[in-house]
Amino acid sequence: MTMKANSRQVNGVTIVDLSGRITLGEGSVILRDSVRDLLSKGSKQIVLNLADVSYIDSSGIGELVSAYTHVRREGGELKLLNLTKKVHDLLQITKLYTVFDIRDDEAAAVASFGK
Amino acid sequence: MTLNRVSYALDSTLESVNQAEETALQFAAESGFSEDEVQRISMAVREGVVNAVLHGNQYDPNKKVRISFEANATALVIRIADEGSGVDVENVPDPLAPENLLKTSGRGIFLIRAFMDEVHFKNLNPGTEITLVKHVSGAAADAKESSQ
Repeated sequence: MTMKANSRQVNGVTIVDLSGRITLGEGSVILRDSVRDLLSKGSKQIVLNLADVSYIDSSGIGELVSAYTHVRREGGELKLLNLTKKVHDLLQITKLYTVFDIRDDEAAAVASFGK
Repeated sequence: MTLNRVSYALDSTLESVNQAEETALQFAAESGFSEDEVQRISMAVREGVVNAVLHGNQYDPNKKVRISFEANATALVIRIADEGSGVDVENVPDPLAPENLLKTSGRGIFLIRAFMDEVHFKNLNPGTEITLVKHVSGAAADAKESSQ
């Protein structure tokens, strides 16, 4: 399944709705390009909505980490929203659950910026 | 005892990674593993073939990745071999160490070990063979019995 990324604005926060597989190759590249594009346009408060992400491999995990560090380096914040059980488990065993700010409610995620 | 074995020689491409993952999904499911176990096995295979294609053969079109799947009454055994310069497994950094948590790579072997019961590395001079073993137990064994 091809990975897709669509961005929308909610109260000054950019939500990126991702769907498909974030894996080595196209999926990782689409995520990387989306985040870089947002940063270049000055969007620094970003939520990655992973509700429709069916699968992430180690390359995809690396890309999430890269997005997180990139955004922080630019003075912004990146949060994750709506993890599937599979992705949740993966972030837990790689201990990244403790690194990312992970939310399961979009309104609360948006409201949490700057707090 | 039922014994199923298939083996392939794959090109060093991303398509091979997807092909190996698909085969792993099918083979593990047919071997009677639970849906969660099937996902873990296929992910371990994916990570193993990514390592072989990317780090081992470095996408070299003249080098192949050889993969075999073997299922018997007690285990599913998958072997993945590349023709690269070898890997120093002992010195692969721990991705869970605080200083490595924000690294963007280096989690493949860790995930393989997390998802499989046994993982063995063998230096082929040149190349590396990784053997992944998942034991048949509990639900997997029951499912096999009821299908026979």
